Amino acid sequence: MSTLSARHIPLSHLVPWLLAVPALLLLGYLVLMDNGAVSQTGGYLHELMHDGRHLLGVPCH
Amino acid sequence: MVRTLLVRGLLLGLLAGLVAGVFAFAVGEPRIDDAIALEKAAAVHEHGAAAEPGSATHGHETGTPEQRAGTHGKESGTHEHGDEVGRGTQKAGLFLATGLYGLAVGGVFSLAFAGLRGRVGPRSDAALALATAGTAFAAVIVVPFLKYPANPPAVGDPETINTRTLLYLAMIGVGLLSTAIAVTTVRGVRGGPWARWPAAVLAFVVPVAVASLLLPAVDEVPDGFPATLLWQFRITSLGTQLVFWASFGTLFGWFCDRAARAPAPA
Repeated sequence: MSTLSARHIPLSHLVPWLLAVPALLLLGYLVLMDNGAVSQTGGYLHELMHDGRHLLGVPCH
Repeated sequence: MVRTLLVRGLLLGLLAGLVAGVFAFAVGEPRIDDAIALEKAAAVHEHGAAAEPGSATHGHETGTPEQRAGTHGKESGTHEHGDEVGRGTQKAGLFLATGLYGLAVGGVFSLAFAGLRGRVGPRSDAALALATAGTAFAAVIVVPFLKYPANPPAVGDPETINTRTLLYLAMIGVGLLSTAIAVTTVRGVRGGPWARWPAAVLAFVVPVAVASLLLPAVDEVPDGFPATLLWQFRITSLGTQLVFWASFGTLFGWFCDRAARAPAPA
C-alpha cells in the first residue's frame, strides 16, 4: 500500500490536465458563492441558484 | 487515461448532481417553502404591512431592517440583489445548481483520483472510487456541517454572508488538511491495523476538534424559529449531499469496474 504501484499515472501525464482545476473551481464558486462580484449579473445567478445553495449547505442569506 | 477519467468524472458528476437535485426537490423544497412562509409572516408582523406578492420573489426579505422597511410595499421591491427570480424559476434553478455543482465536483474528483491511483489507498479502482468519495464527503461536507450547519431561508444575517462564507471555507480546509494528516499517519505508523486505524482516526479528529473550538460560532437563528423545521432542513441538506456523494462514488466505481472488465480498457 505504501509502495508506488505500477498503476500510478506519471505526474507528467497528469499536470497538463490540472489546468482544468481553476475553471472547475470557478464554476463551483459561481454556483455556490458568487453574489455578483465576479459574474457581473447582479444577483441573478445567486437568485437562480438560491434553493440549491441552501440545500447544498453553503452559507446563504 | 487522464482524459478518460476526467470525462467520466464530469459526466457522472452531472448525473449524480441531477439525482441529488431530485432528492432536494422532493424533500427539501417543502422545507424552503415553509421557511419562506414564516419569514414573510414575520416581515408582515414587523412592519404591519402585507408584502406585495410580486415583490418577494427572492423568497425572503433581505437587507437590514432599514433596507427592508425602505423596500416594503413597493411594487418591484429593490432588493439588494437587484434581479427578480420567481419561486418557480428558483425551483428549476435547483436542478441547474446541483447539476453544475456535480459537474465541477466530478471534474476535480476525477483529477484527484488520477493522482491518488496507485499511490494511496485501495488498489482496485472501484474500491478507491468509493473510499475517495466517502473520505471527501467526510472531509468537505460533514466537517464544515458540524461547525456551520446549513440554514434555511429566514435564518442568517445578510450582513455577515462574507464572514460566514470564509469561515465555511476555512472548515473545508481543516477537513482536507486533517485527511492529509490522517493518511500520512496511517502510512507512517508501524504495527497492525489495531495500531494504525485508531491513530488515523485520532489524527483526523483532533485537528477538526481543535479548529471547531478555536473558530468563532455563528448563531443567527431568529427567536421563535421552529426548532423542528430547522432540524428537518439541516438533515435534508446533509441528505442532499449524501445522495450526491453516494451516487457519484457508486457510479464512478461502477464505471471503473466496467472499464477494467472490458477487453481493451478505454
